[in-house]
Order: sequence, then C-alpha cells, then structure tokens
Amino acid sequence: MSTTTATIDRVPAQVAPRTAPAPIPFTRLMTVELVKMFNTRAGFWLMMSMAGAAVIATASVILFAPDSAMTYDNFGAAIGVPMTLLLPVMAILSVTSEYSQRSGLTTFTLVPHRGRVIRAKAVVSMALGAVSIGVALAIGALGNVVGSAIAGVDTVWDISANQIAFLVLANVLNLLIGFMLGVLIRNSPGAIVGFVVYSFVLPTLSLVLGNFQQWWEDLRPWLDFNWAQGELYDGHLTATEWAQLGTSGSIWLVVPLIVGLVMVMRSEVK
Amino acid sequence: MIQVTALTRTYGGLRAVDDVTFAARPGRVTGFLGPNGAGKSTTMRVMVGLTPASSGSATVLGRKYADLPNPGREVGVLLDASAQHAGRTGRETLKVAARTMGLPMRRVDELLDLVSLTGTESERRVKNYSLGMRQRLGIATALLGDPEVLILDEPANGLDPAGIRWMRDLLTSFANKGGTVLLSSHLLHEIEVIADDLVVIGQGRIVAQGTKAELLESAGTLVRSAHVIELARALELDGIHTVPSGRDGLRVEADADQVGKVALAAGVPLTELRAAEGAGLEEMFLELTADTSREGAAA
Repeated sequence: MSTTTATIDRVPAQVAPRTAPAPIPFTRLMTVELVKMFNTRAGFWLMMSMAGAAVIATASVILFAPDSAMTYDNFGAAIGVPMTLLLPVMAILSVTSEYSQRSGLTTFTLVPHRGRVIRAKAVVSMALGAVSIGVALAIGALGNVVGSAIAGVDTVWDISANQIAFLVLANVLNLLIGFMLGVLIRNSPGAIVGFVVYSFVLPTLSLVLGNFQQWWEDLRPWLDFNWAQGELYDGHLTATEWAQLGTSGSIWLVVPLIVGLVMVMRSEVK
Repeated sequence: MIQVTALTRTYGGLRAVDDVTFAARPGRVTGFLGPNGAGKSTTMRVMVGLTPASSGSATVLGRKYADLPNPGREVGVLLDASAQHAGRTGRETLKVAARTMGLPMRRVDELLDLVSLTGTESERRVKNYSLGMRQRLGIATALLGDPEVLILDEPANGLDPAGIRWMRDLLTSFANKGGTVLLSSHLLHEIEVIADDLVVIGQGRIVAQGTKAELLESAGTLVRSAHVIELARALELDGIHTVPSGRDGLRVEADADQVGKVALAAGVPLTELRAAEGAGLEEMFLELTADTSREGAAA
C-alpha cells in the first residue's frame, strides 16, 4: 500500500483539470483587427495621410477654385480622389501584413480558423471605409460652408442622398478590390503594385483596345469593371448598367476573390 | 500532452516529415533534436495548423489544435521570434495577443516584467529589437495566456548566457508545475541540460526517441589516464571498443564500473572516470543523424 502511495507521489505535480476557456467571439476578432490597423507605423500614417489629404483637398478648393465651383459636389470630388487610392491600400495592408510582416504566424496560431480572421478583416475594412467616407463628406461640408462664406457666394448643396449612397457603394467596391488583391497576392508591395495596374493600367489598355477593336468596344461595358464602376459616380444606374456592373464585377472581383480565399485557406503560413 | 501520430508532410516528391510518431508528456520537457532541415519546424507548424498535414495527425491536450476554443489559453507557441510585425511596438504586439485571448491588459505588464523587457524597450518598435529581445517578446506572447503546453522552436537562439539560464529555469519550473514542454534546438548542451525526454529526427524520420537517461546510457564512459595507450590496449583485449577523446582520454562503450575493473586489473592509474554525459548527446546526435546530415559521416 505504501509503495503505491510513494509511486503516486513521484508523479509530477498534477494540476487540477482546467475548465476549457470560452471560444473567441467574432466581435472580439473585429476589435483586434481594428486595433491592428492603427497600431503599426504604416497603419498610423495611412490614417493620418487620409485625414491630411481630405483637409488639403478642401483647402485647395477654397484657395484655387473659382467661386462658381464652390459647390458641395466639387468638395466631395476633391476629397474622394485621395480616398479612392488610400482606402484600398488600407484593405490591402490589413491582409498582406500578416504575410509580409509574418505576424500571421501568431495571428493564425491564436485563431486557427483563417476564414474567421479574414472575415473579421473584411468587415472591419468595409466599416472603416464607410466611416472614412462619412468623415470625408463632413470635412467637405465644412469646407463648403467656410469656402462659400469666404467667397461670399451662396452655399450650394448639390449632392443628393442618392448620390451619397452610390458614392459609398463605389468606394466600398474599390476597397474590396484592394482586399481581393491582398488576399490573392498576399504580399504588401506586390498587392499595391497590383492595385495600380488594376486601377490605372488596365483601364487604359481597355480604352486603347476599344479604339482599335470593335468587338471589344461593344463588349466593354460588360467586361470592363472600371468602366462599369464609373457609372456609379453619376449617381444613378439603369437596369442594364446594374447588370453590367454585376457581370464585370463577377469577373474582376468575385472570381479572383474566391480564388484568393481558397488559397488563403490552403496555403502554408510561413 | 502532445500526441503526434504517423504524421507525414510531403512537398512534391520530398517527404519533409515522414511517418513521425511521438508524444510529449505533461510534467516533462521533451527535446526535439535534428540537423538543419530535418523537419523539426515543419512538424511543429503542422501541430498548430499553420501547415496542413499530408497524412497522419497531431493532437494537443487530446484535441486537434484547430478544435481548441481559445488556443492561446491552453497552448503557448513560439515558432519564429522574427515573425513579428516590425512596425509595431513590443507592448502593442503583446496587447494584440492579450486582446485576442480575452485577457486583462495587466497581463501584458506582468509578462514584460517576466521576460525582463523594460518599459522603454517595450515602447520601441520590433524593427529595432535584437534577436534576443524578439525571442523574449515571443516567449512573453507564448506565456501570456498561462498555457498548459508550450511548443517552442529554437527559443534559446540569440539569447545571451544569462538569458539561456533564465529560459532553462523558466521551462524547468513550467514542467515541474505539470506543464508539457516541447522544445526544438540544435544547441545540444541546452537540450541535454534541460530535457527529460528526447526525440531525434533526421531527414523527416525519427531516428531515436526515449528518456534522456535511456538514450544516453548507450553513450558510454569517458576515462582519462596518463597511460592512455596501455589502457586502450587492455580494454580492447577485453573486447571493449574505445575511441580516443582528447590527448589523454578515451570514450568507451561500457559502463564506468566495468572500465574501472579493467583498469585495476591492468594496473593503469586513472585520472578521471565518469559517464560520458557532455559529449554523449553530441556523439549520439552525430551518429544517429550521420546518414542524413549534410556533412556526411561525422569525423
């Protein structure tokens, strides 16, 4: 009997069985991903430059635009341009930094469900995009009031609620393009170059091709995503234009996004 | 408890991990040894789900890693101290991990304190960290959730001697409290001092495993004498194989007791006689992995 006891005593200290920890809720993942966008040097300056660009754009309109151009539409457009560049970069970095900075080793070990992490990133990117557009419109509104007061002209509010909705949709699509490229390429410089090619080189090539090839000119509204998106900035879409946005968007956004997501799920994190 | 069963991972035609089966038990430090490219890191990455297995399985605490509800609270993982966002401060890195695990932020300060990163250091970006500091930060991340199991790939890399000693004490006390430690290293001395069990891997296959005592038992005895040639002759006459070790020493494949008797019978005075511990692991390692190492058979 005593031998048995002695044997048991020599077994290393047995810890009391622990209760299993609670699963990680999705809301927490979203908070974490939101924090991660701001607490790196790149993330911090990206946000700063977005705010800075909005202020500079507003100031430029006030200083340089003729009094007749002192309209909300113009303020919105001036702020929108840097925004359409920086929001996708933000979405790109939220995905690619896990790979390029290799922080994914920790992220995907603490949350061994890549789909959940990527979904949290997508939701947060889109929410942040919507908020950024809201902030931009607010800065634009302020600029419009101040600018027209300085110029001594009537304040012109020429953006309808409908237009704002389309503007938000256009920017969210643009941000999703960045997100798609991030998921597909999984490398920060690569995805940013990819975005430049996607947004500036491809539309030009499409334009040139359309000038020489009639068949492309005819198909272009259905196949050129950039063209189809351009219609959004006009503030209204016909049924055909919606269909064109859907068709070209499937080819240039949905399919590559799915391919990218499959690769994220299957690839090794190194 | 970590259980790896018939684990295989192939890359094209290369079997990086080839039918590996072993267990790391609670209350013990299991050393995972192997030459460069033997498959240690791949095995560890498969364990935590970063690399999919081609076949076979790995469980931690009786479950697949991906099925752990909040893995950081049960398993501490450090696979590569350099794999941290360079643009984030050390403190922010820990805060992100603590937030993910749902821990109070005071844990961050406790852990910074534990791994001896000062307040100023923790506010610096990881880009400016030395390898040793990154290693400390990685260990802090691994220990943050007060886990039961630790999976550490080369954690002593880049640590200064005091840091290595600190790490050794840390892991020993972790195991003494009932925790499971799996630690890979090519620093044989480190492993020899700290590990209770050993798993030796070469070219993806396990070449030896068991308790350190079992594996080193066969490593033999170190004996020194001013009359080393006569001693070697006497031992060889007795059918005991000897290998010269240093100017006046022999490594002998027999236990100390037997060597002592032979020396006494031959009338050779000894200056030292002990189990060949220190070099034992190194010898064993080189011998076991000779077929698989890059340098070919070790000299």
